[in-house]
Amino acid sequence: MDFQRFVFYVFATILVFAAARVITVRNPVHAAMHLVLAFFTCAGLWLLLEAEFLAITLVLVYVGAVMVLFLFVVMMLDVNVSQTRAGFTRYAPLGIGLVILIVGMLGYVVWARTQEMNFLQAPPRAAADFSNTEVLGSQLYTVYMYPFELAAVILLVAIVAAISLTMRRRPGLKVQNVARQVAVRREDRVRIVSMEADKES
Amino acid sequence: MITVSHYLTLSSLLFILSIAGIFLNRKNVILLLMCIELMLLAVNFNFITLSRFLGDTAGQVFVFFILTVAAAESAIGLAILVVLFRSRKNIEVESLDSMKG
Repeated sequence: MDFQRFVFYVFATILVFAAARVITVRNPVHAAMHLVLAFFTCAGLWLLLEAEFLAITLVLVYVGAVMVLFLFVVMMLDVNVSQTRAGFTRYAPLGIGLVILIVGMLGYVVWARTQEMNFLQAPPRAAADFSNTEVLGSQLYTVYMYPFELAAVILLVAIVAAISLTMRRRPGLKVQNVARQVAVRREDRVRIVSMEADKES
Repeated sequence: MITVSHYLTLSSLLFILSIAGIFLNRKNVILLLMCIELMLLAVNFNFITLSRFLGDTAGQVFVFFILTVAAAESAIGLAILVVLFRSRKNIEVESLDSMKG
């Protein structure tokens, strides 16, 4: 067994274990932590597949941003775990049946049909000075320029939507009215009084 | 030698586990969102595997866009969840049976 194979099986075992824990663990915080573990091992497997840029992106974006957001929301919401776990097994027969169906279908497609795809040999490993990021970037900024801009717009929409959904005006909160502050004129603030000068004698 | 079917089997296992997770945790919206993330991970895994074995970078570009959309999706989903929790004090799927806010 060569080293690559060893790495693949170790990471695959951890990945399947972490995914199984995500769906069975009781506490949502633990589920999020196992999802982080799944992302890390998946990034390792992507490195094995020579997708270095995406592996790093997965760690930075998912572990660093999305999962932190998940943990933040889980801890902020303070969900009653026992209440949400009630009736855990009510739809279990339906779920098991569906899962067996999908296992059968995917097992047929993936295992039986891809055996004949094994003529697809991976191309030889790239040279040490080959840059996956450079290749991806040159594709993104030329061929996929328009989708790239659209993705940026989607992120902008997500920012605006998330902020406008969660921002609320609490009653009784004292805020400045900036428009009125800017529109103020001298006459509103200053009153010139003409009065006799007092003279000390 | 690790063949393409090793990777495809692993990603389909991941996908099946996430579908099972949606059935097991169908009451908790946060866990449902996590299962969706796991599903997207399985799909991305497929893309990257075939991009490597077919020697085509287009698969990796697609994964890049999927990551973008998934990040936006989870941000908006969690924002909706926070608003929901504020008005209902729980996030069970079964209590979401009225359209009125």
